[in-house]
Parts: sequence; structure tokens; C-alpha cells
Amino acid sequence: MSASEPLLRVEDLRVEFPGEDGVVYAVDGITYEVHSGRTLGIVGESGSGKTVSSLTTLGLTRRQGARISGRILFEGEDLVALPEDRLRAIRGNDIAMVFQDPLSSLHPLYRVGAQIVQAVRAHRDVSKAQARERAIELLGLVGIPDPARRIDEYPHEFSGGMRQRAMIAMALVNEPKLLIADEPTTALDVTVQAQILALMERLQRELGMAIVIITHDLGVVAEMADEIAVMYAGRIVETASTARLFSAPEHPYTCGLLKSIPRLDAPREEDLVPIPGTPPSLINRPPGCHFHPRCPYAQPDHARIDPRLEPVSDEPGHHVACLLEADVRRRLWAHLRAGGTPEQALAAVGLPGAPV
Amino acid sequence: MSTAAPLVRVRDLVKHFPITRGIIIQRRIGAVQAVDGVSLEIQRGETLGIVGETGCGKSTTARLIMRLLEASAGEITFDGRDITRLRGPALKAVRREMQMVFQDPQSSLNPRKTIGSIIGEPFAIHGLLREKGERKREVQRLMETVGLNPEHYNRYPHEFSGGQRQRIGVARALALSPKLLIADEPVSALDVSIQAQVLNLLRDLQRRLGLTLVFIAHDLSVVRHMCDRIAVMYLGKVVEIGPNEPLYAFPRHPYTGALLAAVPVADPSLHGSERRLLGGDVPSPANPPSACRFHTRCPKAQPLCSTQEPALEDKGSGTLVACHYPLSREEVAQMGVRSAR
Repeated sequence: MSASEPLLRVEDLRVEFPGEDGVVYAVDGITYEVHSGRTLGIVGESGSGKTVSSLTTLGLTRRQGARISGRILFEGEDLVALPEDRLRAIRGNDIAMVFQDPLSSLHPLYRVGAQIVQAVRAHRDVSKAQARERAIELLGLVGIPDPARRIDEYPHEFSGGMRQRAMIAMALVNEPKLLIADEPTTALDVTVQAQILALMERLQRELGMAIVIITHDLGVVAEMADEIAVMYAGRIVETASTARLFSAPEHPYTCGLLKSIPRLDAPREEDLVPIPGTPPSLINRPPGCHFHPRCPYAQPDHARIDPRLEPVSDEPGHHVACLLEADVRRRLWAHLRAGGTPEQALAAVGLPGAPV
Repeated sequence: MSTAAPLVRVRDLVKHFPITRGIIIQRRIGAVQAVDGVSLEIQRGETLGIVGETGCGKSTTARLIMRLLEASAGEITFDGRDITRLRGPALKAVRREMQMVFQDPQSSLNPRKTIGSIIGEPFAIHGLLREKGERKREVQRLMETVGLNPEHYNRYPHEFSGGQRQRIGVARALALSPKLLIADEPVSALDVSIQAQVLNLLRDLQRRLGLTLVFIAHDLSVVRHMCDRIAVMYLGKVVEIGPNEPLYAFPRHPYTGALLAAVPVADPSLHGSERRLLGGDVPSPANPPSACRFHTRCPKAQPLCSTQEPALEDKGSGTLVACHYPLSREEVAQMGVRSAR
């Protein structure tokens, strides 16, 4: 990451939801930075805390009785401590968000245009006519054909791809400095997904904004992100530049993800290596390293010691939270990459078998 | 493979869903042409993939083959006999031979029934293994086959994770030893780390039991991994069909090429290479474009494409293509198809 001041810096953020069955530790001490004009990809499965962390950035978890600690510094201002009215001025203006399902995030009874006009007038003292001009301009910018006519249609008259474009138009209407996109293309078909991703990249180039893209799709982050943070059970387990993460991952979970997806550019005969087990409950998390019950390389003491996110010596910006020796991790990946199974890799590096 | 008769043969299959207006007197004002003239064969022991975007008719085609929907026209032959118009006991007998695994393991399992009775349900429906101990033994054997712990016989669906629930669905589908298994988006509701478990299970079962598998998915990387042959559908029609290798290495239909070029690949070193993206959205199946239905979005469209429908035919590269102007190798390379060779 560059030495300049980051646009957003999240420091040791924790979000906990007390509930009937116990406390849900949704986000458990994560730290990351996003710089202007750059894209951070946050990758993780359902329940890894990736969405909660971004909702918290916008103050959207406050009303749900969440216990929030840590700092979210946006241009030097701590959003966690900010009163609601000040946060409202930032939300939708300096920081905007695009959600996964465009149908449920657009109001079905209001025309698309009216919703965008509202977003403009919430932050700008402009006339309705001016706001409407701006809305038409934005709909055109995101590639909706004939925007002057379509602005008066209802969300149900739009296709899925067009709704997502309209959501992006609404998010961009006040030229935010940071755009948070939570699974922006998951509900879309591949050809439309490619269009939306290309659109986001183009707009980023033109407007110079920072993007945080949250997804479970490794293909999408490989295309979009400059840096990637991999989350598991509320924590960041690995963070690195995109090139580094895909060529030299060090956390067994990251390695597992990369080996478990079929790829269009790999030989077809290659077998998939699934990650055994299932993601843990965020109420009863495993002790020690949260990944140890599913980790093929876990050692007995990994169930006791909590790993910390530590820098990897030779690559700036690459951090891993793993109790294995760096040298062992690298040799494991070398074997996996060559097509070895986790068992073969384990034997090759001379570690005793995992207690799974 | 081609010497034996195919297990399933579908000829000119059509399914139109009527669009009506009026509450008491319902006038028919149009039809959604979900499937419009699909012909294909499914060979014994193969895995046939059906891919395409939302609304292309892939799920409808599967439901027509399963006789869960009535065809508007066309003919379905299963194991040598015409099943298009079968009813009553004859239909029930055929249904034993074909089973389905659904997308959402949450909604396809009855939450009030134990796993044992869910997996044993097919035996109850068809009056098999009436003796209780016998049925339980068979269900537990099935549970073991799909990698579930047979001791969990008396548990309920909510006690299982998504991936395990999908295994329950697979066990139920296998109960009657069907000849044909149709899996409709079996992994798209699952977490990434779980998908590979279910994919490996299906591939393993298919090899071990010699199943004929129809695999429906929108994820082209998953389909490539799983399937021997693939049919690409667009707006109710098959636009290209052929064996895995030529289809992915040298797609001939501009739509197949565009689909493959659009898949994001988990390799940043490929990022930045030029890709040709498809513009616009899929037109409405209630009012599809004339002749070749892809001509409104096709970069190669000529006047002929909107007047004359192309036939599905061999263009000399191993697949059947419905296109007047199929792609050349140079064009495939220019589009940025990552599986091209």
C-alpha cells in the first residue's frame, strides 16, 4: 500500500450482537485501509462478517443493538464516535453503498427517477428540476438507454441488470469518495455481471473514487481488486495485493478456497479439493485459530493459541494470521499448486498428521 | 457412446406459458415462449450440461423431461418409449426411473420430517421395502453412500448444514436407483468451500453408479468441470451443443463465445487482457426477436439473421451450431475467451 494517507482506515473494529442464544461475534478485531482510486476486495463466505463490517462503516448496525468498538477513520474523522446527524451527512454523500439485491433495495411504489432525485436533494440544496437533470445524466452514465424516458418508470419495469445500474447511479449521484459494493453482481447473469464490473471500473477511473467490493467470488475480486482481505469467522486471516494473494497465498483457508473452485483456464481433469467441514457458528467459535477444525495442517497447540495477523517478511502489505512457520506455509502451497492433495503436502513438509 | 440408443431423446419440444388478461373471463393475450423447439439426446452414462442465462428455458426443459410440466408440443422418448402423453400408473412407473436434485436444499426438504423418512419417502410412494427394518437399512446405506452419518437417521433438516442438506436431497434422489438424475443448479445456493464437496460427490456417484446425469447451471466453470457434453440455450432454443473440449476450446456461436468471455477468472495475471463484452439484456421470452433470437445483441449479425432462422448443424469443429456466421478462431481469441485453445 502507498505511503499516502488512506481515505478509510478501519482499526481493530469489533461488532457484537447480544442475542438470546448468546453473543454473536460478527466482526472480531479487523484492521484495513483503503486509498483513493484503489479497490479493496473483501472475500469470505456467508457469516464471515464481511457485510457487517461495511454496514458498520455506514453506521447501519447501530440501531440493531450492536456493541461496536474500534475506530473507523474516514478522512481522519472517526465514524464510530460520530453522532447520527453528522453521519447522515456523510452517508450517501461521501460514502455510498450498492447492495446485492437491487429489487429489494429499490422502493417498488416510487418511480426510479423519484428515488434518485430524493438521494440528490437529501444532500444538495437544488431544485427538483436540477436534481432530475442530474438523475438523467447519471442514468445515461451508467448505460441505461433512453434515460429521459426510463427515469419515469417503476423498478419492476427494469430488468435485473438495469436495476443494478440504477442503484449504482443512485450511489454515484453525489460523487462519493468511497463506494462500498456488497455482492453487487451475485444476483446477475454472467454477461450482465461483466457489464456491471466494467462499468464500476470505468467510473472509478473517471471519478477517482475508492471502492470496497465484498464478494464470495474469487473470479470477481481477481478482476476488480488491487488488494484483497480474506475473512473467516469475523477476522481477516490474510491480506495481500491481488497478484500476491493468487500466486503465493499463505493461509491454509485461502489456499483451500483457491483449490476448491473449478477454473475456466485450468485443465479439466484436475480434481477439486474441498475444504472439509462447515464454517463455524459465530456464537460458539472454535478456540485458538478459528480455522483449526477444518485445517488439514492444524497442530495440537493451534486449538489453544490465537494467531495474530502478522506481516510476511519479504512482501510489504502481505499479512497472515497463521500459526504455521512461514517456510512451512510456502512449501505447502508449492505442493498444492503442483496438484498435490493436502495429505501429500503434509507428508512432504514432514508435519505430523492433523487431528481431524 | 453413440452406438447404443440414447436414454433420452427430445424432439422439437415446445412449452408456451399463456399470458392472460381479465379476472372472470380470461382472454389469452400472448405466451411466454419458455422452450421453443428444443431437440437433444442424452446418452447413457454421460453428464449433459445445460447452460444459459436466466429465462433461457434450461429449467423448463428439465421439468418437461421429468414430466413435471406438460409439453405444448414435441416428443420425449425415455429408454425407448414415448412418455410425452403418459398418465396415471404408467407415468408413475416412469417417474421411478428419473429423479431430480433441486437448487435450494432448504425449501426442498420438509422441515417436519426426519431425514430417515425424507430419504425413505420414495419407497413409501412406490410401496417398496414395506418391512420397517428393511427400509431403515436401505436408507442408512444411502446415507452412507452420500457421505452422511447413518446414525443421524432421526434428525431433522434444520440440524444439518447447507452442504449436508444437499447430500440428503441427493440420497433421496438415488433411493429408487434411477436411470436419470437431473440436478438443477445443485450448488449455487452453497458456500464456496462447500460447493466442491457436493460437486465431487455427484461426479463420484455418477462414475460409481453409471448414472446418466443432466447438470443445469449458470456457472460455466462448474459445468466445464462436470460435464461430458454441453448444450447452450438462449431464449428457449439450443444455440450450440457439443462435447466439452471443442465447445470450450473453440466456441462457434457468438453467444457461447460471449458467455465464456464474460466469466471472471481467478487469475489476476489474465486481468487487463481485452474482452469483448455483450451489450444489452436478454429480450423478453414473451416477445422474442424474429429468426435468430440472438441477432439483436450479436456483434456479427447480418440482415439474413433477422429473416431466416439458422439450423443447428455441424460447422466442422465438433459442435452443432445454430448460426449463419459462426466464429472463427481469430474472433474467439479477440473476444478474450479464457478457455480457448
